This record gives sequence, structure tokens and C-alpha cells, in this order.
Amino acid sequence: MEIHHPDRRDFVRLAGLGGLIVASALPGCAHLASPASGTKDFSFVQLSDVHWGYGNPKVNPEPRQSLMRAIAAVNALEVQPDFVVFTGDLTQTTDDPKLRRARLREVKEIASGLKATRVRFFAGEHDASLDRGEAYLEVFGGALNYTFDHNGVHFIVLDNTSQPAPVLGESQLDWLKTDLAGRPKDAPIVVLTHRPLFALYPQWDWATRDGAAAIEMLASHQNVTVFYGHIHHEHHHMTGHIGHHSAMSLMFPLSPVGTAPQKTQLPWDEAQPFKGLGWRTVDMQKGAARPLEHATA
Amino acid sequence: MQRRQLACLAGLALLAPIGRRLQAASTDGAGRRISIAATRFSFSPREIRAVQGEKLTLVLSSTDFVHGFSIPDLNARIDAPPGKAVELVLPVLREGRYACLCDNFCGEGHDTMVATLWVSAR
Repeated sequence: MEIHHPDRRDFVRLAGLGGLIVASALPGCAHLASPASGTKDFSFVQLSDVHWGYGNPKVNPEPRQSLMRAIAAVNALEVQPDFVVFTGDLTQTTDDPKLRRARLREVKEIASGLKATRVRFFAGEHDASLDRGEAYLEVFGGALNYTFDHNGVHFIVLDNTSQPAPVLGESQLDWLKTDLAGRPKDAPIVVLTHRPLFALYPQWDWATRDGAAAIEMLASHQNVTVFYGHIHHEHHHMTGHIGHHSAMSLMFPLSPVGTAPQKTQLPWDEAQPFKGLGWRTVDMQKGAARPLEHATA
Repeated sequence: MQRRQLACLAGLALLAPIGRRLQAASTDGAGRRISIAATRFSFSPREIRAVQGEKLTLVLSSTDFVHGFSIPDLNARIDAPPGKAVELVLPVLREGRYACLCDNFCGEGHDTMVATLWVSAR
């Protein structure tokens, strides 16, 4: 499988409201520029890794603020997104089922303050692994994996977190195969998931064991982009023609691969509060996905 | 090569993962055995030392969860269900530092459930 590692020089940096905005001219995005019939331009917002209930003041002494700031910033956007999606780890995990449900409900309540009329959610391992998604489904309803269509773009939400192991599982892979079957090869497809589907760094549990099978299925389609969370920093990667883009967290940043001997929660910087935290808008233009990163600071 | 031989080889390739699993449960010729206890959220011992070329079998015992024990750089992993010792036979070791981790999410301290395999030169 061909792999291309775009570096940060691929990105155009712009100053913007509410913090740094990085406009990505990314492989895996620009290739989608060919007009897709039946699509209508729109934008959506990705919020990720809220970890509501997290409690380490050395890493984040203001754990309730980042989500509030992000929601305020999204609500202040001149053009409101068509929808907002939370890409997993809504809560910090807990062994207490009641507390898990309380945290999930609180996130749902806070998210209701978004102006956007449509808000979508799916679970991360902190929300769902210990009870196989029971509490998440109780609070949010629906399913752990699902699809929806918006303005001609097909969205696929893949669940790689509701089992203790980081897997999609055979039944979900069969479901994906069925969903893709018969879909036009040039139809724009956006995959939303929590863990990286590719083996970003299994040494830090940054992988989906059977993610390669999903990528292989998706690779037969020409216009596929994956947005995910889990690794708590922006990262861009190509598997063949498929772009994979991770988002920042809204609770704590994690050290990128190669910058620390072990996976490390980066300490709070008093000089730059909320450094490394942020969210993303995605502009869908003619079926092409163009991510823009927003710092929470 | 005859078509039948090719089919046989393909079949063996498909069965290879199963063979590796069976090998993980065997101790014949598997060299030194090291017991590792897995309990939320640590392995004991946290450091495993070996020498290059040594045959090593890790014997995993969990007390509380189906922890995973994974050494990605050796493409070796096993699930350790509570109350049952399982054995992971490692491939021939080369000098280096190998990160080991629980790769089944087991709770809030999951990220700290790591160990290191140090393989020194002879």
C-alpha cells in the first residue's frame, strides 16, 4: 500500500478568530476537487476527545472550559456548519456506571447549546469499551456504527471502540462491505471513526487491528477521506489515495510520535493556556473535504 | 509446480496464524520462561531482560480483566483472560528495546499498563 507522509509545510497557516487556524492543502483532500455530481457545498465541525470528567490539574486545571470555549467559537462562526460531530471519547472513563451515564448526559446537555441544528455523536473507548456501549446507547440512542447522507456526500461512522480490543469486527466489516457495494466509485465518502484505521503507532495503541481490511474496501472508491480522534493532536496521513486526518482534543494534548519515549499527556502551559487543544471545521466543496484547524486558546 | 501443490501451500499460509496460536501454548523447546502478572493497571515485572538469540516464553496471568499483552515490534500478542495462564512464545530476539503494552482497553489507567523488553548483545 502506497503511503505518503505530508509534512507541515503542506499546510497554509492563517490567523483567525479564536486562535490559530490552519488551512490544509492536503493530499487526500485536493484530489477530491473534481466536481461530484449531486453534491452541494457545505461545512461541518469536528469536536473530539472531550474527556468530560477528566481530573488532572497539572495537565488541565480548567477542564470544563475548553468545550465551552469551542462551543462559543463554533456558535460565533459567521456561517454556521450544517452539523457538528463529536468523534468519540466524550467522557473520561470510569468504573462507575452511574457516573459514566451522568458524564454522558452532561456532555449531551452542554452540546445542546450549539446553534447548529444537527449534532451527531459516536463513542470512543473511554465511553464504550468497559460496557460495550451500553451507557452510551442508553443516553444517545441510535447505533454505535451508522451512515447518513448529506448534500450528496455519504458519511460512514465506524465503531472501533466498543470492544476492549481495538477492532471493527467481522460483522461490522461485512456491514461496511454491504454499504459500499453498488455505490458509485466516484461518490464522495467521508468516514468518521475514533481510532486511526491505519497502524499509526501500535506501540502506543494507536491503531485498529483489522483497520487494514476497512481501508482495503474503501480503497476501491476514489473519493474517500477519514476523520478521526484518539491521538489528541492534528495528524495527516495517506494510505494510497485516502487521506486520514486526526483532530486535536478538547481536554489534553498527547505527545506526537517521536517526541517522547512514552505516550505522554502534555502538561498545562501557564504562558499559553489551552495550548494544543482545538477543533476543526471541514469545508465540503464539490465533494472535496478541506479541514481547517482552530485552536481553543 | 503442480496446481495441487500450490493449493496445499496456499492452505498452509492460511493456517499459519492458527499455527502461531498453537505455538504460543506450547513450551517444547521454547527456552526460558518468564512469568508476568497482569493486574489493572500494571504488569509485574515491568522490565524483562534477555540476550540476543535467546528463546523466551512469556507466561501471562491476569487477575481481573482480559488484558492484552502486545509487543508490536515483534508482531507478538496474546489475550490473558483472568484465572488462566497463557503462554506467548517470542520469535528469535535481536538486540534492542521493545515496547510492551496492554492493548485491550481496561480502564482509566490503561495507558500506564506498559512494560519494556530489553534484549542485550551476547
